[in-house]
Amino acid sequence: MMKRILSTVAGFVVIGVANAPAQQPASSAPAGNAKAGQALFMKIGCYECHGNEGQGGAAGPRIGRSPMLAFRNFITYIRAPRGEMPPYSAKVIPEKDVADIYAYLASLPPAPAVESIPLLKPDR
Amino acid sequence: MAAKSKMERRKFLKGGMLAGAAAIAQPKAVMAQQSPSASEEAEVLITDSCGSDYMVDVIKSLGFEYVCANPGSSFRGMQESIINYGGNRNPEFITNCHEESSVAMAHGYFKIEGKPMAVLAHGTVGLQHASMAIYNAWCDRVPVYIMAGNYVDAAIRRPAEWYHGVQDCAGIVRDFTKWDDQPASLIHFGESAVRAYKIAMTPPMAPVLVVLDAGLQEGPNESRTKLSIPKLTVPAPPQGEAGAVNELARLLVAAENPVLVADRLARTTAAMPLLIELAETLQAAVIDQGGRMNFPSHHPLNQTQRAAAAVGEADLVVGLEVADFWATVNALRDQVHRSTRKLTKPGAKLATITSGDLYIKANYQDFRRLAEVDLAIAADGEVTLPALIEAVKRLATGDRQRLFQQRGAKLAEASRTTRERMRQAATYAWDANPVSTARVAAELWAVIKNEDWSLVSNYYSEAGIWPRRLWDFNKPYQWPGHAGGGGIGYGAPSSVGAALANKKYGRFSVSLQTDGDLMYAPGVLWTAAHHRIPLLSVMLNNRGYHQEIMHVQRMCNERNRGVDRGTMGSTLTDPHIDFAKIAQGMGLHAEGPITDPKDLGPALRRAAAAVKRGEPALVDIVTQAR
Repeated sequence: MMKRILSTVAGFVVIGVANAPAQQPASSAPAGNAKAGQALFMKIGCYECHGNEGQGGAAGPRIGRSPMLAFRNFITYIRAPRGEMPPYSAKVIPEKDVADIYAYLASLPPAPAVESIPLLKPDR
Repeated sequence: MAAKSKMERRKFLKGGMLAGAAAIAQPKAVMAQQSPSASEEAEVLITDSCGSDYMVDVIKSLGFEYVCANPGSSFRGMQESIINYGGNRNPEFITNCHEESSVAMAHGYFKIEGKPMAVLAHGTVGLQHASMAIYNAWCDRVPVYIMAGNYVDAAIRRPAEWYHGVQDCAGIVRDFTKWDDQPASLIHFGESAVRAYKIAMTPPMAPVLVVLDAGLQEGPNESRTKLSIPKLTVPAPPQGEAGAVNELARLLVAAENPVLVADRLARTTAAMPLLIELAETLQAAVIDQGGRMNFPSHHPLNQTQRAAAAVGEADLVVGLEVADFWATVNALRDQVHRSTRKLTKPGAKLATITSGDLYIKANYQDFRRLAEVDLAIAADGEVTLPALIEAVKRLATGDRQRLFQQRGAKLAEASRTTRERMRQAATYAWDANPVSTARVAAELWAVIKNEDWSLVSNYYSEAGIWPRRLWDFNKPYQWPGHAGGGGIGYGAPSSVGAALANKKYGRFSVSLQTDGDLMYAPGVLWTAAHHRIPLLSVMLNNRGYHQEIMHVQRMCNERNRGVDRGTMGSTLTDPHIDFAKIAQGMGLHAEGPITDPKDLGPALRRAAAAVKRGEPALVDIVTQAR
């Protein structure tokens, strides 16, 4: 039964966080507190796969800026992820907390241009 | 040993103290200078003939450079023969502080040197300590030559030796060793010692165990004039059957998008040029899963960083000594209800060449899930490549070669684009504190790229992935591969063992050392300092067993009982561990903890200078989790 419910929910989630094609303006997100969101990002374990600044890693994709996923898609994925990410129910993260995390990610400064970092110049 | 001989010895010792085991030699025994006062029979206390000298002769004939051990009384005779009779050369005795370190050092050493290192351990307590590391070597199909001391004869055991005596010494590790024996005579030892080496080195390679009876080690070599050292002839590895190899060549030449997946392929330094030749002949995609250093990281045909896409596009996937081919072409989703899906497109053909099909055991499940393939060649991958290349060249007509060139150009462009994307990805969190693992890799690359470097750490470090994205790996010794069985505690000692192998070549060994791993047996840092093994250990200190944090987090999420306590039980905080102080206490140049990325480059350069002087050095960096 549980299996059927999950697969039904998953059926609605048509895009992943990493490469979501559909974008909504970030302004459509509920107002969130970026500072509180940063604390939540660490407290509930988002950093574990996505890095402290949402930069991504082997266990999870980049979820910071460049570009931000639309909030509705963001929260839909969190509730019923299609991939390996564990699900975050409304019981453990109410929508307000999700909005704070979203605000934190949106507040991150853009990454420096790769050309501005000598250590990342291609060899030769 | 003959029963008559034992009886005579017991009689001879009547009235005297049993000093250790019965170390009596008859032909050239030197009588003690002190005259026995109470006994009518003179007690022989000194001998110049012992079984372990012959054992050393045999061991020397096998070409061991080193023997790693935490000293133990059950092999005291062997140890004395190595350091005195053998002159402590070939093998040289390496002092370890834990038997797990001894075996893992031997594991890392083999990955660079291509030949086994010997290990000595108590047959009971030592082998128990060593067992996890032996399991790693087993899973990684790496030969480690273990000699375990044992007191077989209950009549000569001192009280403590009862704890170190066991009926079936090898039983504890038999499930994950390839062969073992407990020789009952020196002739028996000679044959078993040579046989063990042959078996260990025949693909699929694996650890072996020879039990050294303490009585045999310490007792007189009564038959030394009759003893000879058996000749070692390592068997040629099994090559793929010609018809099957030709069929695989036909499939490869006919395929539109063949993908070559290499894992433990590179058994020797000969493999990389062969894989390059095969890939370039076909202009085929290559995925290097990293079990060994198989293929240059920046080669235009290297599609490792876009492996899922390459497998998804393929109409033929060929596994070359792939440990888990099922997981190469399928995915398992780790949710409440686990599900699987194919990664290949419908109709894609699958083929494998692996010595894993030649030898398998039942209990431990390291053989992985059964992959349903169209062609399975049970053979050593490396030694089969020349025949495969020749067959491919025979079949590749002009038309096919033109298609190959077009395919190669597309793959080169995909590879270039992927590398650009990786450079871009490294810019995120560039100035973050704790330091990003991408930043560590980039800073370290700047320090070592002009050296003859060798990255000797394994995949448990996330930055073990970043170097493979950013660095130019193109030599066989620049990457040793994985741990094998996933037993943590492998990284530090295997790095020291690999660095020991690199030492005589003057290479610059560097490891990305995780904190949880080092805490298993940090004494190996002392071993590195004591034996002057140059190695730059760069700590990726995320202050926890992060993989386990993620696992518990997943359980918290799935059970919906709160997600903010997932780190409990898996962190290494309160107090923070000061790895620089630990390393300094063991005689290393060490710095840290470093939290500001701006401090990283200078600290790495100072540590690198120490390594170039021939010392081990450690830089502790507080990094992000992954």
